[in-house]
Amino acid sequence: MNDPLLVVEDLVQHFPLRAGLFHQQTGEVKAVEEVSFDIGGDEIFGLVGESGSGKSTIGKTLLRIYKPTKGTIQFKGMDVTKLTGETLHSFRKQAQIVFQDPKSSLNPRRSIRSTLEESLIVHKIGKNGRDRGKIVADLLGMVELSANYMYKYPSMLSGGQRQRVSIARALALKPSFIVLDEPTSALDVSVQAKIIRLLQQLQAERQMAYLFISHDLSLVRTIASRTAVMYLGRIYELAVTEDLFTNPLHPYTKTLLSAVPVISTEERQMKPKNQSHGGEIPSSINPPSGCAFHPRCSLAEEVCAEELPDLAEVIPGHFVRCHIASDALSASTREMHLGASQKRRATKIKRR
Amino acid sequence: MDRYILEIRDLHVHFRVYEGISRVLDGVSLDVREGERVGLAGETGCGKTVTMKTVMGALKVPPAIIPKGEVILDGQDVLKMSAEQLLEIKGTKVSMIFQDPMNALNPVFTVGTQLLDVIRFSNRHSSNGGKLSKKETLNRAITVLGAVRLPDPKRILSSYSLELSGGMRQRVLIAMALVNGPRFLIADEPQTALDVTIGAQILDLLSGLVKTNGISVLLITHNLGVIRETTERVNIMYAGQIVESAPTALLFENPKHPYSRGLLASVPRLTGGKIAEGIRGTVPDYARAPSGCRFHPRCDYVMPICSQKRPPLTMVSPGHYVKCWLYGEEGEVQ
Repeated sequence: MNDPLLVVEDLVQHFPLRAGLFHQQTGEVKAVEEVSFDIGGDEIFGLVGESGSGKSTIGKTLLRIYKPTKGTIQFKGMDVTKLTGETLHSFRKQAQIVFQDPKSSLNPRRSIRSTLEESLIVHKIGKNGRDRGKIVADLLGMVELSANYMYKYPSMLSGGQRQRVSIARALALKPSFIVLDEPTSALDVSVQAKIIRLLQQLQAERQMAYLFISHDLSLVRTIASRTAVMYLGRIYELAVTEDLFTNPLHPYTKTLLSAVPVISTEERQMKPKNQSHGGEIPSSINPPSGCAFHPRCSLAEEVCAEELPDLAEVIPGHFVRCHIASDALSASTREMHLGASQKRRATKIKRR
Repeated sequence: MDRYILEIRDLHVHFRVYEGISRVLDGVSLDVREGERVGLAGETGCGKTVTMKTVMGALKVPPAIIPKGEVILDGQDVLKMSAEQLLEIKGTKVSMIFQDPMNALNPVFTVGTQLLDVIRFSNRHSSNGGKLSKKETLNRAITVLGAVRLPDPKRILSSYSLELSGGMRQRVLIAMALVNGPRFLIADEPQTALDVTIGAQILDLLSGLVKTNGISVLLITHNLGVIRETTERVNIMYAGQIVESAPTALLFENPKHPYSRGLLASVPRLTGGKIAEGIRGTVPDYARAPSGCRFHPRCDYVMPICSQKRPPLTMVSPGHYVKCWLYGEEGEVQ
């Protein structure tokens, strides 16, 4: 494997809660807690979780829209958390974002050209207006819109077309990394299919890395090569997407998978059985002790409430943060060794 | 014979707009049998909400124009009812759950005030004389909150909607919809605004309550997975027309209409695999709806006849109806 493009280590993002006359700090929203992962240069990395799990915060922190409380983000060998001024400016050229709601992320009073041109002007690309016009037309072509869309305004476009414009804006500076924050959740499925295809195509053509944030597990399954499952600010499971979906280890991942409404029998068969969907998602201001999922977990034992399990690599490339799952797994590997002799004994008994 | 709780017959709903007349619903026919759970699926702007509003008698006429059609709810035509009559059936005969639990509750009144209001209101309008004491009303509220599995109903009654989570609010709304014992429930995207696990909780709860109380349901959603898992029959709507109607399992296994096929192929699967192309083009402008079959400008199987004549509703197998010229020869129904 080649060197990763982005390495995140122990990323922490807390937001202060202030109240009262003197705006005193009364608490903290622990949005992201000690998150570590890496993204390869041409990888699509999926990040799934329910609302409030911190997935969007991670996306924004990686781009330095937020300054992280703690931790490091290595991007092409530089530490993003320490960038300032000129270096931050040049980093922004390489890392872009597409937001969820194309309605509110495009300025309604600006023409599409003016929106797409802005980053070109800021980063001094293109000699003059005519030059930039050409670049804008090319960008629109890349997202399969005709060049005369540049004279339109967002209100004249459909949701899918607006999202294409958002993608074009992200592509304008030829980035090597794009954060896609639920890029299709506001769209209908038939439009979503087209946008996803476009994103896959662009990624393959231009060798970019994506951080694909979504709450839609089926969608992450189709697009991401590796996936991390987040719950209350922490990663609870991380694996190659295929492994995560066919062999989910964390009880929360299983619960999530079993809750997805699906349309085919094959999908229904692969969903983990007998999972309870009980309980509410706790607040990240005051998360549960130990493993944050323990109040909702059917397997929870005493240790789960007391100690936070480590994110352990239980199978090569498959990380899980769970006392029970990693214990069971190490036991089963032991069994595999023991199993051989036991099996022999069992067959002997059968013969009799 | 099966009894129908809802029969929509050839419903047309138009709106007067700047460009002329926008023909939003164009001959919608749909029925729900007693005790049946029926899905209505379609994408944004296909007319799901207009259909639902018409059934609830909540469509303002004018600006809407209803030139043709019948909406028969339990033997009575909703379109011919007076405002008084409509009030009488709301809550007791037909009830509704909305998409967004965040906005459906009034933030300045407690849950109790709103829930008790619902009980008192329809009690006043019901035929049993409307005598329910304060204590009985309160007891009924507490029972229904228990039925939707909300812990500590008394505390819930005295709290405001913003003190509750999304899942809890949706439970309160389900309680409100069911408290007066309706026989028919319209659920408009009941899980869309919620997280996956919470959405699954709500759907489980709803299916359970509906089954035990023998309530018929019309589930309106764009989420095909939800339709697959909770309904017995499904109607696929495109641009103001029902293009396909079939038992749910049958339709998902063997979709016939090119639109249904495109739609199903666009759904990302949990089992992975490549995602389809989607459907080319966009939903048409209702003021200038395409002639003939409304789907023909986007259809991959388009034939000359498609732009000239409307396709008839054709039965392709028992209970499976398609509105498409591809199946025109196999026995016409209408």
